[in-house]
Amino acid sequence: MTENIGTIRGINGNLLSVEFEKPVLQNEVGFAQIEDIRLKSEVVRIQGTRAEMQVFEDTTGLRVGDRMEFTGDLLSVELGPGLLTQIYDGLQNPLPELAEQCGYFLQRGIYHEGLNRKTRWTFTPAAASGDEVTAGDTLGTVPEGIFTHRIMIPFRMTRRYTVEKVAPEGEYSLEDVIATLRDADGNTHEVTMVQNWPVKIPIRCYAERLRPSEPLVTRVRIIDTLFPVARGGTYCIPGPFGAGKTVLQQITSRYADVDIVIIAACGERAGEVVETLREFPELTDPRTGKSLMERTLIICNTSSMPVAAREASVYTAVTIAEYYRQMALNVLLLADSTSRWAQALREVSGRLEEIPGEEAFPAYLESVIASFYERGGVVRLNDGSTGSITIGGTVSPAGGNFDEPVTQSTLKVVGAFHGLSRERSDARRYPALDPLDSWSKYPGVVSDEDVQYARHILRQGNEVNQMMKVVGEEGTSLEDFIVYLKSEYLDDTYLQQDAFHPVDAATDADRQKYVFGRIVNILRVPMHFDGKDTARHFFQALTQTTKDWNQASQDENEFKEIEKKLDDMLAEVTEHA
Amino acid sequence: MHKVYKRIERIAGNVVMLEAGDVSYRELAEVSSSQGTSLAQVIRIDGNRVHLQVFAGGRGISTDAHVRFLGHAMQVPFSSALMGRVFTGGGLPRDRGPAIAQNMIDIGGPSVNPAKRIIPRNMVRTGIPMIDVFNTLVESQKLPIFSVAGEPYNPLLARIALQAEVDVIILGGMGLKHDDYLYFRDTLEEQGALSRSVLFIHTAADPIVECLLVPDVALAVAEQFALEGKRVLVLLTDMTNFSDALKEIAITMEQIPSNRGYPGDLYSQLAARYEKAVDFDDAGSITVLAATTMPGDDVTHPIPDNTGYITEGQFYLRNGRIEPFGSLSRLKQLVNNKTREDHRNIMNTMIQLYAAFRETLEKQAMGFRMSSWDRKLLKYGDRFEKEMMDLSVNIPLEEALDLGWRILADCFEPAETALPTKLIEQFWPKEKGGEESKK
Ligand SMILES: Nc1ncnc2c1ncn2[C@@H]1O[C@H](COP(=O)(O)OP(=O)(O)OP(=O)(O)O)[C@@H](O)[C@H]1O
Ligand SMILES: [Mg+2]
Repeated sequence: MTENIGTIRGINGNLLSVEFEKPVLQNEVGFAQIEDIRLKSEVVRIQGTRAEMQVFEDTTGLRVGDRMEFTGDLLSVELGPGLLTQIYDGLQNPLPELAEQCGYFLQRGIYHEGLNRKTRWTFTPAAASGDEVTAGDTLGTVPEGIFTHRIMIPFRMTRRYTVEKVAPEGEYSLEDVIATLRDADGNTHEVTMVQNWPVKIPIRCYAERLRPSEPLVTRVRIIDTLFPVARGGTYCIPGPFGAGKTVLQQITSRYADVDIVIIAACGERAGEVVETLREFPELTDPRTGKSLMERTLIICNTSSMPVAAREASVYTAVTIAEYYRQMALNVLLLADSTSRWAQALREVSGRLEEIPGEEAFPAYLESVIASFYERGGVVRLNDGSTGSITIGGTVSPAGGNFDEPVTQSTLKVVGAFHGLSRERSDARRYPALDPLDSWSKYPGVVSDEDVQYARHILRQGNEVNQMMKVVGEEGTSLEDFIVYLKSEYLDDTYLQQDAFHPVDAATDADRQKYVFGRIVNILRVPMHFDGKDTARHFFQALTQTTKDWNQASQDENEFKEIEKKLDDMLAEVTEHA
Repeated sequence: MHKVYKRIERIAGNVVMLEAGDVSYRELAEVSSSQGTSLAQVIRIDGNRVHLQVFAGGRGISTDAHVRFLGHAMQVPFSSALMGRVFTGGGLPRDRGPAIAQNMIDIGGPSVNPAKRIIPRNMVRTGIPMIDVFNTLVESQKLPIFSVAGEPYNPLLARIALQAEVDVIILGGMGLKHDDYLYFRDTLEEQGALSRSVLFIHTAADPIVECLLVPDVALAVAEQFALEGKRVLVLLTDMTNFSDALKEIAITMEQIPSNRGYPGDLYSQLAARYEKAVDFDDAGSITVLAATTMPGDDVTHPIPDNTGYITEGQFYLRNGRIEPFGSLSRLKQLVNNKTREDHRNIMNTMIQLYAAFRETLEKQAMGFRMSSWDRKLLKYGDRFEKEMMDLSVNIPLEEALDLGWRILADCFEPAETALPTKLIEQFWPKEKGGEESKK
């Protein structure tokens, strides 16, 4: 291949203006050269003989006249066994390896293969010579931790091929040839266990897309019961700073009922990722009994890491998610925060001097967000099995105001909205999902009728509360006051959940069904009190006991004892016909 | 030797433009004119047109000023000789001591590899119940004080710095009033802490561009100390001045503002600084405490707003007290499970009740009748404010927790607090009126 070299003509922050002669691709990767350091860059706009390129690194020291080496490739990731448990930066450099090589700091211009070439994998063939195959079909499998990892025909090989030879069962490393294929023109192709895929293009090797219909249990009560997420669905968590977006995602990444969790820490705090990457290896996955890390992959491009790589990181994450979906697995992608990625777009757009839209975000923001969430979904693969990608993204709206472009664009495309409210987080009502504003289009795990009743109580309670602010407690009827107390009771004991309590932090679907049923029954019972003070006093005691109940493990005696105590308390106030 | 350029094409604000070759991005230059000599930094190159941000400002620069490029980006000296010294944002001595020029280090260096960080684990004790009990400060945390101008945020910073057990204190002053600078210097001196402190001071009277350098310089030095295994506390006051300086440059460069005139990269710019806070796996740590004054007492203003999204919580200072609402330490849960078993519950319960008290206050203001529950809350809120929130209170965490139980027991029945039964059995004071009867 002949070299394609350009010349740097302008430098503005991380944006370079590069003069070129030979053909250049939009989104092509190039390397800017300062002495012996090579800085990875990507073409973002082409005009005449000038390419504008964003650099994924700090540009200090670059000069006009320096070389740009075009690669002819789009920004891509490596796909193959060994992705799970990894901690990558936004460009798929493994951070632990970089640390080994460079020490404490991330040195620019140091890149590292995403997958280890030396690891040997035990390959079991699944295809045989003579088979007719195409992109995404399985040639064989290797065990990757707790999963059977499918070695597939590279997704870019979209023609039909005849298998000429498949390697026998044995140990192979990534670059060993494990199959030879012949196309209709008689050309042969060698296939290894690793392939590259450009991150900004969705992988589409499946038969059809299905409608997400099965609940994805997160074990967060307010979510599973009131605002459920579906496998293959999409949802967003907007909220002001400190409202609990990250904690909610951390909890979800631990307990969610999926095969694989991909965490994309995009432009947020390094410390939050450290908590995950240090703790997960020590935690056991209740589903498998193995370390939680075995089902986890972290893409980490935190706020002080280069901005352009922040944008790339969400694409890296979703591409890897698609890869595992192709193995008929259920993948959950958690992106924190999509606003940082939108801001990265805005920074580049500003330097390109594009005509700005609202709040200086580029006009194409909405379509970029929409096509990202579109990469989620349930699919029926060519072999009939199904796989899914669920995408949950946090949004960090400026000033906590949801009327801003990123929140609004996201709301148009997602299937559930978990809006966090400042009022609730200030009052320490965690998780701070607003029970009146949030919504979901997906089916949940508990009885629908009960959910309707609970919503009704919440709405009414809120109305009474608003009214009380005008007419005071004395102007409120005892009957209304009881409705208010009931709605507070539901909120305090069921919607709120202590993320840091060993039992309360996660409530499985069965327990949710059981406890929610009981609590809704309590809401339904007519109660009799001789005054508001007695009513309040009763509910305070009931709340305390129910909270004790939440903290009791279901297979301990205590659980039954407290339940009994609740029954006794209720019997005293229930109106008998 | 380096070539000298003698013609400036354009001067706008603090940015000058000239035609020059072989200049590298972010390189430093010396700009000399009749007004004197100033350092300047390359902030944009477009063909042979080079834009320089002049540290001393554009005022008085002539079109025939001499510009000499220095061949390197901004650096500061690093050695233990910095201790006890005061410098400008540009790294020049502000006290009468000698200039230091050995062992120059780059500023604004790369970020720490997350894989080399550890989970913070040490509580920083301050003796302030609103911090120790409700929003525990943790070594390596990055945390600003949000307040309106005029609140005692500088004394609060100084108090925490002196109480914290750290090896090195680095003060970065931005747009500091001269009096405040002297206050810090004298307080550190009186308490015998100046000899382990380094001060980088930009005052309101100094050129604005130097303000931009202060956090980078302070943090670069902090980083070196931390790598030597020291526990470093960096105080940055006031980051609002820093952000406003960023805005000024952005406007001069005709960048499209994103929000109320602030540049779209305000978040990344602030994050690059705050994220220097770190606990290394086998070296020291950097804790960053900052002051962010809120224009118009508005948390949704872009400066506090972007800051809140970056830092690990904030202390909200209002009317001379740390407000429970709006204040947050995100790292508290990393340490408050190892202090005392009642810590978390006292923390949550007392705040929830205080929130209820605030609602009752509103009802009272509307002239509604107070129920017996309201009266309990009023009593509680009053004691909470006097005995917990007042900044003059200075007691260790354990005493503050005991005090919390006493206040609760004096005001409520156990069930009214919704505290777990187990804790109530263990901690609920048997006799009432402990604190009041002592007075
Ligand atoms: N479910 C919860 N239970 C208990 N505490 C919580 C919960 N959610 C949040 N918190 C408290 O609130 C703090 C902030 O939460 P979190 O970091 O998730 O906010 P965030 O919305 O991600 O903010 P930012 O946008 O700034 O990243 C936590 O550190 C914790 O102290
Ligand atoms: Mg967060």
